[in-house]
Amino acid sequence: MNPQRGAWLFLAPALVVLGVFFLLPVLAALALSLTDYDLYALADLRNLRFVGLANYWALLQRPLFWSALGHTLYFVAVGVPLSLGASLGAAMLLNSPLARCKPLFRTALFAPVVTTVVAVAVIWRYLFNTKYGMANYVLGLLGIQPGDWLGDPHWAMPTIIAFAVWKNFGYNMIIFLAGLQAIAPELYEAARIDGASPWRQFRHITLPMLKPTMLMVGILTVSGYFQLFAEPYVMTEGGPLQSTVSVLYLMYDEGFKWWNLGSASAVAFLLFLLMFAVTVLLLKLSRRGEAP
Amino acid sequence: MNPRLAKALVNGLLLGMAAVALFPLLWMLSVSFMAPGEASALPPPLLPKHPGWANYRELFVRAGMGRYLLNSVLVASAITALSLVFNLLAGYAFAKLRFAGRERLFQALLGALVIPAQVAMLPLFLLLKYMGLVNSYAGVVAPALASVFGIFLVRQYARGIPDELLEAARIDGAGEWRIFAQIVLPLLKPITVTLAIFSFLAAWNDFMWPLIVLTGQEHYTLPIGLASLAREHAQDSELMMAGSVVTVLPVLALFLALQRHYLQGLLLGSVKG
Repeated sequence: MNPQRGAWLFLAPALVVLGVFFLLPVLAALALSLTDYDLYALADLRNLRFVGLANYWALLQRPLFWSALGHTLYFVAVGVPLSLGASLGAAMLLNSPLARCKPLFRTALFAPVVTTVVAVAVIWRYLFNTKYGMANYVLGLLGIQPGDWLGDPHWAMPTIIAFAVWKNFGYNMIIFLAGLQAIAPELYEAARIDGASPWRQFRHITLPMLKPTMLMVGILTVSGYFQLFAEPYVMTEGGPLQSTVSVLYLMYDEGFKWWNLGSASAVAFLLFLLMFAVTVLLLKLSRRGEAP
Repeated sequence: MNPRLAKALVNGLLLGMAAVALFPLLWMLSVSFMAPGEASALPPPLLPKHPGWANYRELFVRAGMGRYLLNSVLVASAITALSLVFNLLAGYAFAKLRFAGRERLFQALLGALVIPAQVAMLPLFLLLKYMGLVNSYAGVVAPALASVFGIFLVRQYARGIPDELLEAARIDGAGEWRIFAQIVLPLLKPITVTLAIFSFLAAWNDFMWPLIVLTGQEHYTLPIGLASLAREHAQDSELMMAGSVVTVLPVLALFLALQRHYLQGLLLGSVKG
């Protein structure tokens, strides 16, 4: 067999799947977002019309789109730093020579990552129940006023953020841990001899050495958090008062509840553009930090 | 700082974090054995007074959980087995076979990773509708048959196979398929195990796409079934916790049994190639 042809035979199954079920739909989504594809077009394709950028224009004038965008940005801007902070903190504790039973702790801290979002979101819904929830009970013991966590428009998103941090921090913890273990112990040794405090060691050795890891983990986490959907779907159904409707939640409702597939595709593309822009911005910011 | 105090602080913090990480899961397990209504009391009980299987019986006999469990096992196993074949073949080709445009094609695939999967979902639904695959197992399985991440993972690992080994086999007259099956596959065994766990967990836990494509209860996987039960039975915390146990326990057990492979893969996948 000719080796070139052999290679293409090995590639064919995967490339066909990716082409038909990913590349083609992505291109079709762009086309779809320029049409008024809705329930009528679903019934009969002759009802389909090309509308140019009208879907995008209409979205930009819809308050619900802007509030969904605001909720998603809130989730990303607060959730990602908290998530990374928890991951780095846990990784540093696990990396400390003073820590005992490390494999056991590592497994325990990682366990939430492998669980099913829907199932653990259901658990959290009961833990944060206003009347019988464990969260309010424990806060009550500490003398703190109980809250209506998932029922209060101001508290629903913070509760979802807490849930996401709990569910996800273990993943980046493992990556940070590997990064910390790769830092040469001599660096800390030298710093100690020079009399650097633990805080300054962290500030001037740990953080700079972790920077490449931090950038990669940051970008992956940001794009993951932009895709917020299952959490509000299960915990709040977008409520109360639509305070937890995310961009993807809006896309799902628009597309599969109201069958406005054209407009929903425009939502998906705007999200993609935003994620792309934020990723480029993060890369740029990190390069600028290297210059001086 | 006093070394004994520092040691107590580090281990105390770890213990506290582990408690926060595990408490919801242990609470779920405990409540799933409580009698209906028992968890709705003040103070919230930690352990069941008379532990029993009533919630599980209710789930499997009346709520159709057995069907969802079977669907999840079927769908996740099919995705794991088939996507392994597709990703192993392609990853090996990108690592070891020479063909025109190899690097460029691979870069293009990696570039596609910036596009979130949800962008494809709306047209994909229409495509599957015209193919008659909406509300079928095939509708969930087909789009998951190959993944860029899986191909990337296999390629990273397969690059370590020495070329001399493959050349020697070619000189001995072995065909490409035989080389793959008899020499390459045994060498790729560790990454095969890793990728299998990744694929199975991702397929088992997947929510948004099955929610879209599975329109009838008879095909629901566990996460979809559980989400729909949670909307119907919002007040039955004991029943829902039993449902969560059934959903989470298989993946948690799989992870505990094979965690070394899983964590290795996580690190391999996060290294930019």
